[in-house]
Amino acid sequence: MAKRPIEPFLWTLFSGGGVIAAFFMPVLLFLLFFAFPLGLLHAPGYDALHSLVAMPLVRLFLFVVCSLPLFHWAHRFRYTLYDGLQIKHLNEFIDLACYGGAVVGTILAGVMLWNFS
Amino acid sequence: MRTLPQPATPPYTPYHPRWYRTHVSTYWWLHKWVYFRFVLRELTSFGVAYFCVITLFLIRALSRGPEAYQAFQTRLANPICVILTVISLLLTLFHTTTWFSLSAHAMVIRVGSFRVPGILITAGNYAAWLVVSAILAWFLLR
Repeated sequence: MAKRPIEPFLWTLFSGGGVIAAFFMPVLLFLLFFAFPLGLLHAPGYDALHSLVAMPLVRLFLFVVCSLPLFHWAHRFRYTLYDGLQIKHLNEFIDLACYGGAVVGTILAGVMLWNFS
Repeated sequence: MRTLPQPATPPYTPYHPRWYRTHVSTYWWLHKWVYFRFVLRELTSFGVAYFCVITLFLIRALSRGPEAYQAFQTRLANPICVILTVISLLLTLFHTTTWFSLSAHAMVIRVGSFRVPGILITAGNYAAWLVVSAILAWFLLR
């Protein structure tokens, strides 16, 4: 298979998303989705969290945190399927599903955060 | 007209001879710890995707109002969700550590003619990570 010219661009998205995921995900995952729902730590109330997310800078941050790592996921996941399961004949479909999913997620995040009220 | 002798071309074979390939088991990555670690590192993408999806759900719940937000919090506390969150948390932590030790190889930082050793780059990454995590925690816990 000839090297696609888009590959370096996708790899940049992969490594950018990798950096974002490495720095921000563990703490956010622990606080927002583990400690707060289980009541282990004092969670901010609805109003506090809502007004925090309403801030433009926070929305921009959330957009970056939700979109770039999706392209990181797409790159890694397609290689997981490629290496782990050896399903080479489905390559085109897998690429389309992974990067398509990342594009859909990015658009969703953009629309939701843009219209957030 | 005299015909020149043609250079011998290999005969055309309609069917390609089969290459010799050893069969690799689908479970090759279970045989050795290093192989398993390699695949585990690729599987960290599951945790990354889980975070993105669940964050989008959080944003949706927040924009729909207090009741939707409360319902979402209850759903997050159900056992299946908690297990998925814990798995994703461990995977993202593994991603962070592997990413930082990898960046020591990928980044070449020079001060004058001195190349900053990899261990310092990794240590710097960890320090920055702690600071970033502390700042985010402060925003959410104050």
